Amino acid sequence: MCLVEIEGMWKPQIACAMPVAKNMKIRTNSEVAYKAQESVLEFLLTDHPLDCPICDQGGECDLQDLSMKFGSDRTRFTDIHFEGKRAVENKNLGPLIRTEMTRCIHCTRCIRFASQVCGLDVLGTAGRGGEMLVGTYVDKMFLSELSGNIIDLCPVGALTNKPYMFKARPWEINRANSIDVTDATGTNISVNYRFNRVLRVLPRENEEVNQEWLSDKGRWSIDSLDIQRLVTPMYKCNDCLVATEWDIVLKMVSKQLKCTKPFDIMAIAGPYCNAETLVATKDLLNVLGSEHTYIERNVDYSEAVVDIRASYSLNICMKNIALSDKILLVGTNPRFEAPVLNARIRQAYMFNECDVYVIGPKCEYNYHVEYVGQSVKDLSNAKKYLQNAKSPLIFVGIDQLQTPNAVTLMRELIRISNSLKKSSDWKVLNILPKEASFAGALEAGWKPGGLKAIQSLKPRVILSLGADDVFRQWSPPKDCTVIYIGFQGDSGAACASIILPGSAYTEAGGTFLNMECRSQYAQPAVSPPGKARYDWKIIRAIAEYCQICLFYTDPDSICRRLAQISPNFVSCGTCQKRLFEDLIPQLLANDSSDCVGQPFDVCMKKLKEYYCSDIYTSNSPTMVKAQKAVMKMEKSPYCHV
Amino acid sequence: MGDFVDRIAQTVFWTELARGFAVTIAHIFKEPATINYPFEKGPLSPRFRGEHALRRYPSGEERCIACKLCEAYCPAQAITIDAEERNDGSRRAIRYDIDLTKCIFCGYCQEACPVDAIVEGPNFEYSTETHEELMYNKEKLLSNGDRWEPEIVSNLRDNFLYR
Repeated sequence: MCLVEIEGMWKPQIACAMPVAKNMKIRTNSEVAYKAQESVLEFLLTDHPLDCPICDQGGECDLQDLSMKFGSDRTRFTDIHFEGKRAVENKNLGPLIRTEMTRCIHCTRCIRFASQVCGLDVLGTAGRGGEMLVGTYVDKMFLSELSGNIIDLCPVGALTNKPYMFKARPWEINRANSIDVTDATGTNISVNYRFNRVLRVLPRENEEVNQEWLSDKGRWSIDSLDIQRLVTPMYKCNDCLVATEWDIVLKMVSKQLKCTKPFDIMAIAGPYCNAETLVATKDLLNVLGSEHTYIERNVDYSEAVVDIRASYSLNICMKNIALSDKILLVGTNPRFEAPVLNARIRQAYMFNECDVYVIGPKCEYNYHVEYVGQSVKDLSNAKKYLQNAKSPLIFVGIDQLQTPNAVTLMRELIRISNSLKKSSDWKVLNILPKEASFAGALEAGWKPGGLKAIQSLKPRVILSLGADDVFRQWSPPKDCTVIYIGFQGDSGAACASIILPGSAYTEAGGTFLNMECRSQYAQPAVSPPGKARYDWKIIRAIAEYCQICLFYTDPDSICRRLAQISPNFVSCGTCQKRLFEDLIPQLLANDSSDCVGQPFDVCMKKLKEYYCSDIYTSNSPTMVKAQKAVMKMEKSPYCHV
Repeated sequence: MGDFVDRIAQTVFWTELARGFAVTIAHIFKEPATINYPFEKGPLSPRFRGEHALRRYPSGEERCIACKLCEAYCPAQAITIDAEERNDGSRRAIRYDIDLTKCIFCGYCQEACPVDAIVEGPNFEYSTETHEELMYNKEKLLSNGDRWEPEIVSNLRDNFLYR
């Protein structure tokens, strides 16, 4: 298709494979070039079915666009022998990707993506020339944490989105630029919706963060938003939740808050809160006189974790990961914890000959790794692997920082990273958070360690912002009132006394800080269902009912409040320089642990554990189907082929 | 002077009146221009764009594949379609609504249709007493198609050379 006319050359030349020479005169839109492009397109179209009306790619198809630009307006395809067009059997690539291999034009983008980015040699070609077939050599599904991207890559409708099948056409869809919250990478997404329903999620290109990829969880867990939604305010009466009106519950909440000693009020933030909600809640509690704002995640290796950004975030810019030449992963599997970041590690592995070392359990990585230990005490000999590196990186899973070993671990890692030779702006030690709200909450001044705080403080009123995990491990006693503000009715809502229906990220949008502490703004796409409202506006209303004045009423004024708390919240898309890193070793807590031999544990070791890793994703039917498909594939004889 | 005499003569002898009556009397002997509507009907062009219908293949399979081209093309945005996979895996419309009160009968839907499913048939007698009855759904459109299939086919046959 890229044929161009080059002066002095007899035939049109392929632009993509033609070395540039001096004084070359190239014509891209001459008669000859157009004629050649039209002829190539005619060849492509002879074997392409004329099923655009039933094809899901119709309207966003590269081949359609090319036909409009270069195509001939009449056909020479007469088929006088009635042989028919080429027909190819469809492949089963799993419950997420639908194939229609007859439409394939053999561009092999999916094959190259699978082998280079996903690291899976599942797809390939068989046969040559006109007999060429794209497919899986053996009957094997294409299951990967980034598998959805081959749908976007496919220029035609050969690979399409199965859950989105036949749902809508691209021209009738509205798009909202949003941020993915299923992991902490802050993947840029575009939420596609129609008639106030989210239909699909596509990645948005951002070279700094996600390149052009999106994890499967972010792409397909959206159907969870239709399930078990909280759509009306409720309160518990005789162990039964009763639906009621906003006015009544807000009065109940304000009475609870005002009649409780400030010391007994506590707020816990879940994994999907935006910065607006976090700031409003903290303001409300502070005005009431309480300082107990906690997130579910615990990071307690230092008293100053909250104060120093470098102590809880990814310190290197995501795009620089690809430049690394030696990487040590400590108790983490970025492939499932941050698939988009893992694509960068794989990039380093593929194109920068990066060696990856792992201290931790055996996991499914999609690059070759060397296991150099199991626990904290193996760290001392890990140093020798990184010694000669020009740009080494260490990634620590956030899960390791809530074990009793955290202090020893961090002390050892800081020692290693300080001893390594590197340029001054290259940060070696990086922490990999898992929740989208994590960095935002700490930036807003929330404290880590929700569960621990509940157990020690024994609060009377808990304001839960979509926190579910805590309530799986701890159930509130009789005298404790839990006020749940969230969108999904699961374990958190089940033990709540008052439920205020909030909105999900597709509805509320808001500011999210990703693992690099890069602030990004998500636009709201659809309106919240039923009587649900934006979370921060609920908090604002509670404040109003408590006769507390919070000085913001609209998105503009809360944005100003965010800027007051931290300018980082409003400088969208930029990465702040890390300050005061040198203080971290001095502020480490006292070593209390004597179980340094305890091996690290990673909660998502295998692909089957990836899909339904939390409440939001395990409520998604698509994710459950994907998980079942992986389990089925594990039993198949071709699993390890 | 001659003009003056002519005008006087016309006024005196009422010749205009006579000519007028002559036209009236002549019409008595001509064929009437009006028709007795419900019992007689005027001729219709094969291109007449009347009430909409969804057609079927001779096998009974509905033609519409829910490609949504008519919906996209409709300048009045009178058409609403929802597509879904049917049990046999084929793409079908689970919902095909036309709001005839929005429709401007431009015929673009039948131009856009790749499978000749939606057509504007020859029927123009579908007046209703309520607004709601003019919101056609897929069942109504398919039953229209079944009822008018012979006429639609003959109209298409007359027209196919020019499309």
